[in-house]
Amino acid sequence: MSTTTNYSRRKFLKTSGIMTGGLLISFMVPSGAKRLYNPEDKSQIFTPNAYLQIGANNNIKIILAHVEMGQGIWTTLPMLIAEELDCDWNKIQVEHSPAGAPYNHTAYGMQITGGSSTTWSEFDRYRNAGATARAQLVQAAAQKFGVAAGDCRTENGYVIAGGNKATYGELADAAGKLAAPATVKLKDPKEWKYIGKPMKRLDAKNKILGKAVFGMDVQFEGMLTAVVAHAPVFGATVKSFDDSKTKNIKGVKQVVKVPNGVAVLADHFWAAKQGRDALNIVWDMGPNAKMSSALQLQEYRRLATTKGSSAAKKGDAEASIAGSPTKINVEYVLPYLAHAPMEPLNVTVKPGKDSCEIWTGTQMPGLEQGTAANILGLKPEQVKVNTVFLGGGFGRRATPSADFVSEAVHIAKASGKFVKMVWTREDDIRGGYYRPAYLHKVQIGVDGKGMPAGWNHTIVGQSIMAGTMMEGMIQNGIDGTSVEGIVDSPYMAEIKNQNIELHSPKLGVPVLWWRSVGHTHTAFVMETLVDRLATNAGKDPVAYRRELLKNHPRHLAALNLAVEKSGWDNALPAGRYRGVAVHESFGSYVAQVAEISIDKSKLKVHRVTCAIDCGLAVNPAGVKAQMEGCIIFGLTAVLYGEITLENGQVKQSNFHNYKMARMNETPLTEVYIVESNEKMGGAGEPGVPPVAPAIINAIFAATGKRITRLPLKPTDLLKA
Amino acid sequence: MIQLSVNRKEFNVDASPDMPLLWVLRDMLGFTGTKFGCGMAQCGACTVHLDGEAVRSCVTTMERAAGKEVTTIEGLSPDFTHPLQQAWIGEDVLQCGYCQSGQIMSAAVLLRENPDPSDEDIDAAMSGNICRCGTYQRIKKAIHTAAKLQKGGSVK
Repeated sequence: MSTTTNYSRRKFLKTSGIMTGGLLISFMVPSGAKRLYNPEDKSQIFTPNAYLQIGANNNIKIILAHVEMGQGIWTTLPMLIAEELDCDWNKIQVEHSPAGAPYNHTAYGMQITGGSSTTWSEFDRYRNAGATARAQLVQAAAQKFGVAAGDCRTENGYVIAGGNKATYGELADAAGKLAAPATVKLKDPKEWKYIGKPMKRLDAKNKILGKAVFGMDVQFEGMLTAVVAHAPVFGATVKSFDDSKTKNIKGVKQVVKVPNGVAVLADHFWAAKQGRDALNIVWDMGPNAKMSSALQLQEYRRLATTKGSSAAKKGDAEASIAGSPTKINVEYVLPYLAHAPMEPLNVTVKPGKDSCEIWTGTQMPGLEQGTAANILGLKPEQVKVNTVFLGGGFGRRATPSADFVSEAVHIAKASGKFVKMVWTREDDIRGGYYRPAYLHKVQIGVDGKGMPAGWNHTIVGQSIMAGTMMEGMIQNGIDGTSVEGIVDSPYMAEIKNQNIELHSPKLGVPVLWWRSVGHTHTAFVMETLVDRLATNAGKDPVAYRRELLKNHPRHLAALNLAVEKSGWDNALPAGRYRGVAVHESFGSYVAQVAEISIDKSKLKVHRVTCAIDCGLAVNPAGVKAQMEGCIIFGLTAVLYGEITLENGQVKQSNFHNYKMARMNETPLTEVYIVESNEKMGGAGEPGVPPVAPAIINAIFAATGKRITRLPLKPTDLLKA
Repeated sequence: MIQLSVNRKEFNVDASPDMPLLWVLRDMLGFTGTKFGCGMAQCGACTVHLDGEAVRSCVTTMERAAGKEVTTIEGLSPDFTHPLQQAWIGEDVLQCGYCQSGQIMSAAVLLRENPDPSDEDIDAAMSGNICRCGTYQRIKKAIHTAAKLQKGGSVK
């Protein structure tokens, strides 16, 4: 056949045009930001700032200081620029920025996408970037037309003055020669065309066509793929290894020892994985070989009876509880959770003599750059980080230890090869960096009116920040991410006697932020406790919350909207039950009502009604999508999420035993956005915390049982 | 050498016959639209068509694909006119997008065999595909929309 080509290896870049298309090639052309402030540049590209370029062809290239991992920032940040620039939305192209100071987070001082912070933290910077460019284009047009700048107006990529009209592309070269104005006036919100309007995703088409390039899809001719044999126990090290079987596998090119294990480099993933599986490694199991979840729980229970670091103290909780007519004692147990993004972790590294180039999906490109430079003995500016699409992040691609980039750079360093390291799903599930396991021990004294008078709360769980570059954020023994959602709870603000303590045991299992971080467990604890208090007081869970939240209007607004839309006051069909929860995280206030049924010890969540007050919703379509996704993320944790250890080893390994919620378990989800001019909050995470307590409170309504451990077990669903 | 036909193009591949089709497609032929998610037919990210049937390419040997027509996401409808592609845009379905190639390839078979699927039909056909971002509700809606587009033949 004339079209037949022989493929013995990866030759497609040379031999085929149709299969790789322009996207791969685009890695090789200078990226836009490389041209920043380059006086030699003759390309007639107007680069008013680090976030924006306008070409003579009228294309508007927007450079993102934040990364796209599903949360929709590929669309929201361009909306901010387009709003002020007044450009043609269809001419917008989007690109991730390189690592570099202009792209540092406006609030956090380092380059990071996290904490549901992108939209509010870029709201001014990206609008200003657009407005500055517009002012220069108007100035250039005024000179060209021989009119005053004030007589020019802009519309959809044109500057217009009377009968004169020029495209931004025609003006780009001249505008680039003008000094940027020191200050610009931003549009009045009444004139907004994009902000506050639902906009569809700009990354959709390429992702639907299979053309979008995720880290996993980065390929170059001559590049090898590495699969790593990781330690079976956290902290174990390689004593010795035999790779004779590995080296007999066709396609295997090299085997190298790296700090985390042994890496097999091959022509393609399959050969590398077969080679990895054929290794015979003797491990020094180290200090964690006996670790088990059962022993850990025992130890956490013991710790909870001892004095911890004080996270908050007011009045005399102990005395108040002792003197209260009703006392509530509860223990909560919550497991380690893996992020399990759909795209397993991967990094491509091209080592050079005095340079290194990296391709990966990371939430912290600057940190990866610095870490790679350290390992290789280079200066950070000698390391180029190309951020590609992230196939999910949820916090896993923001490790302060730069774990996956470090591993890949070590492989490249040890082998001297241009290599893509690919983790298997098993590497991912067993690789640590989990949401920490937690134990909460709570005693509440309830007064004669059914309101909490004294609250004694001990939390036990590993610190996420301890031992990382963020250790300095731990104050007086308190890692804020362990106690957020409790110490700042609106309920706590109303309780006169309280004592909140924290134990942060150091264990060999690496832990990390997991979509909504501390709120993943604290909202569950607080919102199920408040539900219990409502029942104890003989009150409706919504009415009771309204009473406690009377001084917290944003909580109330979200609660009231979700309750109204859910039809809370209407009777349900037989066998259906409701539960509610409301929680603030990342500056946004989210309430959810879950509607469930239980059939033969199987839970079905039929419907979740969600309301969010995030202040101004720049892209309401994106906010709604995030809430929907958060609800499924939270549902998975309720139904299945659990990492357990036995003899130091993680028992789960892949999606058959670390299960995910699927299509047939998906509730009908409705999302409503509170009309709000309050301070802007985030959207990527705040939808997660209320899910578990809303569902668990609904299960109480159905069974009379208070569940204090996740994930659910079939016996949890039997009637009390 | 094994001869494979992928998206109506012929390739002679020199690799072990038991090599999973997924890695032949991705690492040897450059069809990176087909994704690796689990390697054990649990997540559906690697779904492709073998003579029009949806298979998990991570557990399908290259040998099994020989002599059959392999269709990947790149070959489903490169001109972007497939009703599912239009519906995916219309319902603003995806988030990170990594699983969506597999979702669309699974949905395409469903829609061909059942032009008017119910919610239950969609649950049954699509529950083998995991989306960690949680876009299931929109996928379901988009499949209904695509069914309508397919019937009416009017694709914007």
